[in-house]
Amino acid sequence: MSATIRLQREAFDTAAEVTALTRGRTDIGAVVTFTGVCRADENGEAIAALTLEHYPDMAEAEIARHVEEACARWPLLGVTVIHRYGRIAPGEVIVLVVTASSHREAAFAAAEFLMDYLKTRAPFWKQVEKAAGKEWVEPKAADDSAAERWSAPARRSRLSKR
Amino acid sequence: MKVRYFAWVRERVGLADEDIDPPAGIATVGEFVAWLAKRGDGYAYAFENPKVVRAAIDKRHVRADARIAGAGEIAFFPPMTGG
Repeated sequence: MSATIRLQREAFDTAAEVTALTRGRTDIGAVVTFTGVCRADENGEAIAALTLEHYPDMAEAEIARHVEEACARWPLLGVTVIHRYGRIAPGEVIVLVVTASSHREAAFAAAEFLMDYLKTRAPFWKQVEKAAGKEWVEPKAADDSAAERWSAPARRSRLSKR
Repeated sequence: MKVRYFAWVRERVGLADEDIDPPAGIATVGEFVAWLAKRGDGYAYAFENPKVVRAAIDKRHVRADARIAGAGEIAFFPPMTGG
């Protein structure tokens, strides 16, 4: 399993990251990518840009722990997680998750799992620039419930339904 | 012990980090927060709702009942909004 985790100020190229992950591999049958992009609005209000603050060493460690957890849950052949920090304008990319596996189920599930945890557990904070000034983005309850469905009791109920 | 603050906790406290030796008798994260909140107006504002502020010891998430003995670095921050 190859895992790449990067925190960076500059933008990334999703296609180049997929190529880097799959080059020379013939065991990978499925690649899922999720790209988070900066919208021009926050709760219906226009924003000029957002700025991401992060806790550098912890962010990397926390993402690595969740990549490990994803690898323990699904038969993954490769994972790439890139998260930007600093000022990001509408239309620019923010975050990338790439998961590769032999089959699509593991790749889809692991990508969703990693994104749900990045939203609620990775130490990043978004601040948006509105006409009235800068404000910190409030956490969304929907993100918490999305992450909670992967916790142990929820996972058992998911499995028991099969 | 190094104490770090992020996002609006940092703004309210007015510092990104500082070195603090908590007094004897402060055993848990929750007790440390209650003690910090009494250090001044900025701290009181940052920790006005202690349940909202999250904590990490040595770069791992911890709850308010976690013990701070032996911690090299403790960080306080709002709920995360990355991704």
